[in-house]
Amino acid sequence: MNSKMKLFSYNFVDSPIHRLSGLTKLICFMLLTSTVMYSYDIRIILVVMLFSLLILKLSRIKFSQIRLMIIYVLIFLITNAVISFFFSPEQGVEIYKTRHVIGNLYGSLKLTWEQLFYQFTKFFKYASVVPLGIIFLLTTDPSEFASSLNGVKVNYKAAYAFALTLRYFPDIQRNYHDISQAQQARGLDLSHKAKPMDRFKYALLIIIPLIFSTLDRIEMISNAMDLRGFAKSTSRTWYTYRKLHPRDYAAIVVSLIIFIVTIGISAFINHSRFYNPFI
Amino acid sequence: MNDQAIIEFQDFSFQYFSQAEPTLIGINLKIHPGEKILIVGPSGSGKSTLGRCLNGLIPFSYKGVISGSLKINGIETTSLDIFGLSKLIGTVLQDSDGQFVGLTVGEDIAFALENDNVNHAEMHTRVTDVARMVDMQNWLTSSPYELSGGQKQRTSLAGVLIDDVPILLFDEPLANLDPATGKTAIEIIDDIHNNSGKTIIIIEHRLEDVLHRNIDRVIVINEGRIIADMDAHTLVSSKILKDTGIREPLYVTAMKYAGINVTSQMLPGHITSLKMEGSQAALRSWYKTITPDGQHNNNPSILMMKNISFSYDGVRHVLEDINIDIREGEMVSIIGKNGAGKSTLSKLLCGFEKEDQGSIHFMGDDIKSLTIKERAEIIGLVMQNPNQMISKPMIFDEVALGLRLRNVPEDEIAPRVEKVLKICGLAPFKDWPISALSYGQKKRVTIASILVLDPKILILDEPTAGQDFRHYTEIMKFLVEINKRGVTVILITHDMHLMLEYTPRSIVLSGGRKIADTLASVVLTDSRVIEEANLKETSLFKLAQLAGIEDGTSFVQGFIDYEKGMRN
Repeated sequence: MNSKMKLFSYNFVDSPIHRLSGLTKLICFMLLTSTVMYSYDIRIILVVMLFSLLILKLSRIKFSQIRLMIIYVLIFLITNAVISFFFSPEQGVEIYKTRHVIGNLYGSLKLTWEQLFYQFTKFFKYASVVPLGIIFLLTTDPSEFASSLNGVKVNYKAAYAFALTLRYFPDIQRNYHDISQAQQARGLDLSHKAKPMDRFKYALLIIIPLIFSTLDRIEMISNAMDLRGFAKSTSRTWYTYRKLHPRDYAAIVVSLIIFIVTIGISAFINHSRFYNPFI
Repeated sequence: MNDQAIIEFQDFSFQYFSQAEPTLIGINLKIHPGEKILIVGPSGSGKSTLGRCLNGLIPFSYKGVISGSLKINGIETTSLDIFGLSKLIGTVLQDSDGQFVGLTVGEDIAFALENDNVNHAEMHTRVTDVARMVDMQNWLTSSPYELSGGQKQRTSLAGVLIDDVPILLFDEPLANLDPATGKTAIEIIDDIHNNSGKTIIIIEHRLEDVLHRNIDRVIVINEGRIIADMDAHTLVSSKILKDTGIREPLYVTAMKYAGINVTSQMLPGHITSLKMEGSQAALRSWYKTITPDGQHNNNPSILMMKNISFSYDGVRHVLEDINIDIREGEMVSIIGKNGAGKSTLSKLLCGFEKEDQGSIHFMGDDIKSLTIKERAEIIGLVMQNPNQMISKPMIFDEVALGLRLRNVPEDEIAPRVEKVLKICGLAPFKDWPISALSYGQKKRVTIASILVLDPKILILDEPTAGQDFRHYTEIMKFLVEINKRGVTVILITHDMHLMLEYTPRSIVLSGGRKIADTLASVVLTDSRVIEEANLKETSLFKLAQLAGIEDGTSFVQGFIDYEKGMRN
C-alpha cells in the first residue's frame, strides 16, 4: 500500500535532476520534445533517446514506479504502428521517392524498405518523448512546477489548479484504495472471474463514492484558498520559486544546442525534416 | 474595555438560497477588541453560518439573502469583499487536513503572502518567524503526510497568523483531534490571546474541552437565534445546556446526580475554578450509595487475535505481538493516537491486509483462509465518512447492494432489507433518495447496509466524529440496541465520553503494541496510559480529588455504573 501510494507521483530524491529548477526542466523538456517532434532523422532521434535514458538513470527513478506506464505506452505505439501501416502502406515511398520492395503481404499490399524505415523512425520519435515526460513529471515538485508555468507567462490560476491536481493525486489514490476495500467486503468481485460488463458496473460502485468524497474535499480546499486571498490580484509570488543556478543554465544550453544542431542538420545537410538513406 | 465594538451584528438575518427557512434570525451581538468568545450550539443551529458571515464565505461562496447589519471594525461587511475581510479576520477551518493547500509546511504558511505578491526573501523570513511562534520551525520542509493532526492544525494557525489580523476565528478546532492534542490546541489559542491581545472567536460544541482555559463570554445559538450570552459559570449552572442539547461538563453532571444545587457562585465554569465548599459531603454520600454494576461477560470468545504482527514495508512494525480476546456480545473500544495501529488492526480483521505473524480466530476457528467477501459475512466494517461507502441513489438499493452482489434471490432480499431498515429506524424513508438524508441518517444507512449481511461482529471507525451531543446520543443508543440483539461491537475512537459511557472495556494501542486492556475508568485515570495514548484525564477524577474521595478510579467507575443504571 505505502509503496503503491508513491506510484507515479512526485517523490523527493536528492538527484542532480531533482536539483534543477522546475522552470529549467520545463524549458529543457519543451526543447528536447520539439527536437524529436520536428525531426524525422533517425540518427538524431536515437541520440536524444539515449540521452534521455541517461538522464532517467541520473534521476534515480525506479523502474517499478514507471513499469505500468511503459507497458501502456508500448501497447499504444505498437497498435498505432500497425494501424497506420494498413491505412497508408506507401507513405514511406511517397516521402523517400524510391521503392524497394521486400515482399508481398496480401493482394496488392507490399512491404517496402522505405515504409519500414519510415515507421521505425516514427516509432522511436514517439518513444523518445516518453522518458522525457516521465523525468519531468516525477522529478518536479508540483508547486514549483506551477511557479515555473507562471514563470513562462501561463495564467497562475490555471497553473495552480494543475499543481493541486498533482498534489491531491496520492490522496485520491489512497481514498480509492480504502473505498475499494470496503466495497469488496460488501461482495464486490474485482477479479478476472467477473464478466466484463459486471466489472464495469462494479467500477462505478467505487467511483461514485470516490467522486462524492472528493467533492467534499474540493469544497473545503476552495474555501480555505478563498479565505487566504487566492486569486485576489492578477499576479502572485511563489514560496517555492528557485533562483536559476549555473547548472540550470548549463542544462538549458545543452538542450538548446541539441535543438539548434537538429534544425541545422535538417536545413543544411538533409534539406528537409527527413533523413533519406535511399538516395 | 474599549467601547467601540470590533464586531457588531444588528438585527442580522441570513437565508441560504437553497433553504426554505432563514438560518440566522435577528442576531444582535457586540464583540469588543481583545475579547475571547465561545459560540456553542447543536448541529444545524446556525453557528457555522454565523462564522461564514464573519469571514466572508457568505456571500462570496454561499449565496443567500442578508438583512440587517454586520460591522467589523466599524465597516459594513457588505462593502468589503472576502479578500478585504481576510485582512481583518483570519479563519482556521475545522479540518486541518483538508485545508492544507501547500505541499509543505513552509509553503502552506506562505500561501497568503504569495497571494499578496510579497517578495521571495521577505516571505521566507516571515514564514520562519511565524513557524517559530507555533513551534513548527523544524518542520518547514515536511509534507502533510508526515505530520500529526496537532501539527497540521498549528500549520493552519501559522498560515492565518502570518497576516497579523486583529480577529481570529476558529471553526470547530477540536473536531479531528485526539483529547491530548485538543487540550494543547486550546492552550495554544489561549497563549496567543494572552500574548497578542487579538480578539478570538471559537465555534465549538465540545464545551468542556474549550473551557479548559478561560473564556470571557459564551454565546449559545439555537435554531438560528442567540438564546444566551453570559459567562461560563452562569451558563453551566443554568438549564440552557440541557434544553439545547449541548453536553454539560461531566463534573457538573456528576454534581447534579449527587443532588447538589450548582450555582454560579461555585464558579463551576472550569474544573480548576470550581469551589466545592459545603457540597463535598453530598458528593461523597452519593458515591457511597452507588451499587456497582458487577455484570461480567462470561460468554465464550467470539474473536481472538493471537500474537499478531504486521508491517507494510517489511521494516517498521505497525502492529507487534497483539493478543486480544473479545467475548460474544461485548462492546469494546479500541483507542490510541493516530498511527498507533488501530485502522491497520481493523484491516487485518476484515482481511484487507494479511498478518505477517500470528492468527485470528472466530469462535475458535482460524479464519486465515477466508476471503474478504466471506469475512464480511461475519465481521462488518463501517467506515468513518458515510460518503466513502454510499454508491446508490436510493436507500433501499444501497442497503440491498451486499445481498444483490451475493446473488441472493430478489424475493428474499426485500424482507431482509426491510427488517434491517426497521431496526435502524429508517423504515419510513425506504423509498427516499439518500441525498435527502441528514449526515446522521446517512451514517445509519451505511450501518444498515453492513448489518443486512448479518455479521456477528461490527467494527465502527469513529462512529460519532463531528456529531453534536444529540446525534451522538442517537447513534450510540442505536448501537447499544444492536449490541443487545447479540452483535458484538468494536468501536475505534478518540472520544473519551464514548468510552466512559458506552464501552465498559477499552483496549489501548500505542506504537503498534497493546498497552492496556481494561476498564475504561481505569484507562482514563492511569497517567501513564493517558500520556502514551494522547488521552486526557477525565474531569471526574479531579472532582473526586476536590471532594476528598481517595479512590478516584473507583469514583469514575461509580459514575459509569450510575449512568448505566439510569439508562436501563
